[in-house]
Amino acid sequence: MSVGLILLIVLGLGVLGFFIGRQRALSVADGEPRNLHSLPGYYGWEVFLFATVPALVLLVAWLFIQPVVIENRVSAMLPEADIAQAGSITLVMTDVRRIAQGLDAVAKKAGLDEAGINAMRADLTDMRGRLASVGVAIGSNVTPSTLEAAKAYRNLNSSFSQVKSIAVVLTALAGFAWALFQINPEQRARNLVERFTLVLLASSSLIAVATTFGIVFSLVAESIHFFKLYDFKQFFFSTTWNPKFGGGSDLGIWPLVWGTLYVSFIALIVSVPIGLMAAIYLSEYANKTVRAFAKPAIEILAGIPTIVYGLFALITVGPFLRDWFAQPMGMGNSSSSVMTAGIVMGIMLIPFVSSLSDDIINAVPQSMRDGSFGLGATHSETVKQVIMPAALPGIVGAVLLAASRAIGETMIVVMGAGAAAKMDLNPFEAMTTITVKIVSQLTGDTEFASPETLVAFALGLTLFCFTLGLNVIALVIVRKYREQYE
Amino acid sequence: MSDATSQMPAAARPKHSLFEPDARTRRRNAAETRFRFFGASAIVVAVLALVILLASVLGSGLGAFRQTFIHIPITLDATALDKGGNRNPEDMKKVTTIGYAKILEQGLKAAIAEKGLTVDPALTAKQIAGLMSQDAAAQLRNQVLADPSLLGQTIEFSALANGRVDGFLKGRVTLESAARDSNISPAQLNLVSEMKDAGLVSLDFNPAFITSGDASEVRPEAAGLGVAILGSAYMMLIVLVLSLPIGVAASIYLEEFAPKNKLTDMIEVNISNLAAVPSIVFGILGLAIFINFMGLPQSAPIVGGLVLTLMTLPTIIIATRAALKAVPPSIRDAALGVGASKMQAIFHHALPLAMPGILTGTIIGLAQALGETAPLLLIGMVAFVRETPGAPPEGFFDPASALPVQVYNFTQRADPAFVERASGAIIVLLVFLVIMNAVAIMLRRRFERRW
Repeated sequence: MSVGLILLIVLGLGVLGFFIGRQRALSVADGEPRNLHSLPGYYGWEVFLFATVPALVLLVAWLFIQPVVIENRVSAMLPEADIAQAGSITLVMTDVRRIAQGLDAVAKKAGLDEAGINAMRADLTDMRGRLASVGVAIGSNVTPSTLEAAKAYRNLNSSFSQVKSIAVVLTALAGFAWALFQINPEQRARNLVERFTLVLLASSSLIAVATTFGIVFSLVAESIHFFKLYDFKQFFFSTTWNPKFGGGSDLGIWPLVWGTLYVSFIALIVSVPIGLMAAIYLSEYANKTVRAFAKPAIEILAGIPTIVYGLFALITVGPFLRDWFAQPMGMGNSSSSVMTAGIVMGIMLIPFVSSLSDDIINAVPQSMRDGSFGLGATHSETVKQVIMPAALPGIVGAVLLAASRAIGETMIVVMGAGAAAKMDLNPFEAMTTITVKIVSQLTGDTEFASPETLVAFALGLTLFCFTLGLNVIALVIVRKYREQYE
Repeated sequence: MSDATSQMPAAARPKHSLFEPDARTRRRNAAETRFRFFGASAIVVAVLALVILLASVLGSGLGAFRQTFIHIPITLDATALDKGGNRNPEDMKKVTTIGYAKILEQGLKAAIAEKGLTVDPALTAKQIAGLMSQDAAAQLRNQVLADPSLLGQTIEFSALANGRVDGFLKGRVTLESAARDSNISPAQLNLVSEMKDAGLVSLDFNPAFITSGDASEVRPEAAGLGVAILGSAYMMLIVLVLSLPIGVAASIYLEEFAPKNKLTDMIEVNISNLAAVPSIVFGILGLAIFINFMGLPQSAPIVGGLVLTLMTLPTIIIATRAALKAVPPSIRDAALGVGASKMQAIFHHALPLAMPGILTGTIIGLAQALGETAPLLLIGMVAFVRETPGAPPEGFFDPASALPVQVYNFTQRADPAFVERASGAIIVLLVFLVIMNAVAIMLRRRFERRW
């Protein structure tokens, strides 16, 4: 039974439970709702909650735990010799999983049943060739023990799935029955349902925490994996990035950091002056008509997906910069360059900077402006010498937030900055960034045990720390600033 | 004191009238004008950037909705296409597209001869047939298999033209560029212009761009967005079903019930931080947890939906909390006063009043999720998917694409015809976004209450 079907069954039981529960409450109260402690609907809700929630919790927990258990059991079956030969247990397990998937395809193609699959022998047939014929490529030859492990993996998976379906549906039925038998006129159904709901509300707010833990856990775990295979000194101090699939690659992070910072720097040079001036103009000078037109226009820029900016960089800005600036000046002839990505990212960040600065400028008390005007300052002098100093911490915070956006931005640099890892000063040269390399190392056919793939997790961890740090600093600055006027 | 004033040296008094600004005032006024000008030009630059951005995408993408078709009468030879002669689609499936390609080739030749067009003798039969898309044969085959009674008849068939021919009609391919192109020759293009004059070739609206699946590298003319739109729709469905209840539940707890303590603080900090985590990190999370650890299939809408749900949650939570906060406490107090429990006061009174704000926030969150690309690349949505995913819930686990990823996919291909396709896909994406945002604005205008 698929997960979707189980879900439907459980939810169906729940809905049924609601009506039966309500009906039963009315019947035990002799059809007179006033004899009940709570409104009849609460008895229905009680049955609904007890039928669905425990079953769904079990289902989710099962989905998380099943892979771990199966992994452990199967890896225990693998002989030491195989593991030593392949290099690590994860490599063998990757093969096992792929073979298990491949077996399904082979069986489907050849029309085999379960017994036919179990009768396959690695030493008698060319398993590797057979798997390749259905589109599953295996790195090394399939040894008999690996094939046995793959078969066990398949069988365990299917039997576990069967047990899962039965267990979940039984839990739902048990909750259903238990709640139904609890119903009597004295039962405080409303209190029970409300307490249950409160627990549900609280646990859904914990999902945000769980997500953060998931991110940190997955990044750290795989990064540790990476640093076991690759020297961390090389990663943090080497200035060459040259991944070779097949081993012996240089994975120094510095060219990527350089490209990231260079692109972000150009983006900030574009976005901060324009965004800031736009915010000043809109909040200090513009009349109603201009504001009514310009403000939404700038906000539209913020709502455009980054892939659109990426395409803009690729088909318009890149060729334009190449034909009008880079080639005439003899600075290169690549249409993807740091400049391309930087300018387009700058445009993307304009609304971000301007809306944040707008808030901050509006938070400066009117009395400060009036004081400045009263002393005879012009409007621009007031802005430059009174409002800006007062708003400076907030604007610094906004710039830092924009920088963190720029560093984490992916699609614009993937399509605009290029893929060559270089440390160069020429802004018309194609360079690459951390996010580009995360995408390129993790897309396509990936082998999850090679440092060339795992490096993406270390890059992701670096990126996460970078942006988190910038955000925390920015928030601290902004918060400190706000306290002054409140 | 009055003495001191009268003793002021006359030289300190300004020589000219106050109505004539002196050099310093002029300088200050000039600085003021300059500053104003900079401000105005910043606005102009931003608006101009928006206009250029939209113009470049619209300009290069509108062509994707029109496609070149070759209209020819085709005689469907029953003996060649249905060897058994029993009109059984199962038996007819044995005839592959190659058989249909032959019929198309003959039909095209006959049509050219009938119109009396001059054909460059250097053109081979293969080159003439090459004017049609490789997909045309499959198109014809599907049409016949769907309706076997067509066999033996002569039908008016509109065959997709080759991508280069399409480019020629749209001005992307010229005779000069064809001379350097191994895929098309100037002689072929000359024939196309004659066929166009004779009415055999025309640019028509192409609904297949919206409905059909992706096509391979060599046939850009057949590539469509059907699978991508469906995949995006599935993901939005998952995001909506998961993030709306979870987001609202979390907000109710944090806004109405949570005690002021360390744990609550931690949750709040967490949510605001999650909103600022780069989207690609969510992709890594999806890859590591949902695919590698839980073993969910790659490029499936379910994984994309889960990842996008996690990304959308902070947006929805922030919007919902603002909406709940905007409901005045007097409403809750009144409910409590007539004997409702706290839970009833919130669920029966505060929440319904906050609903317009919540829905607006949800739609904006969904619009963001719809345009998100980077995390989907990592969970394998970038794979080439031609088959339409099945119906939900099983279809959630089938491989699919997504609109923004399809755009990226198109840009990664060598044939310049795909650039037009990518821009066309962006137009579709933007249309969806505009609709969603318009609905959000409408909801806000119509239902928002000021207390």
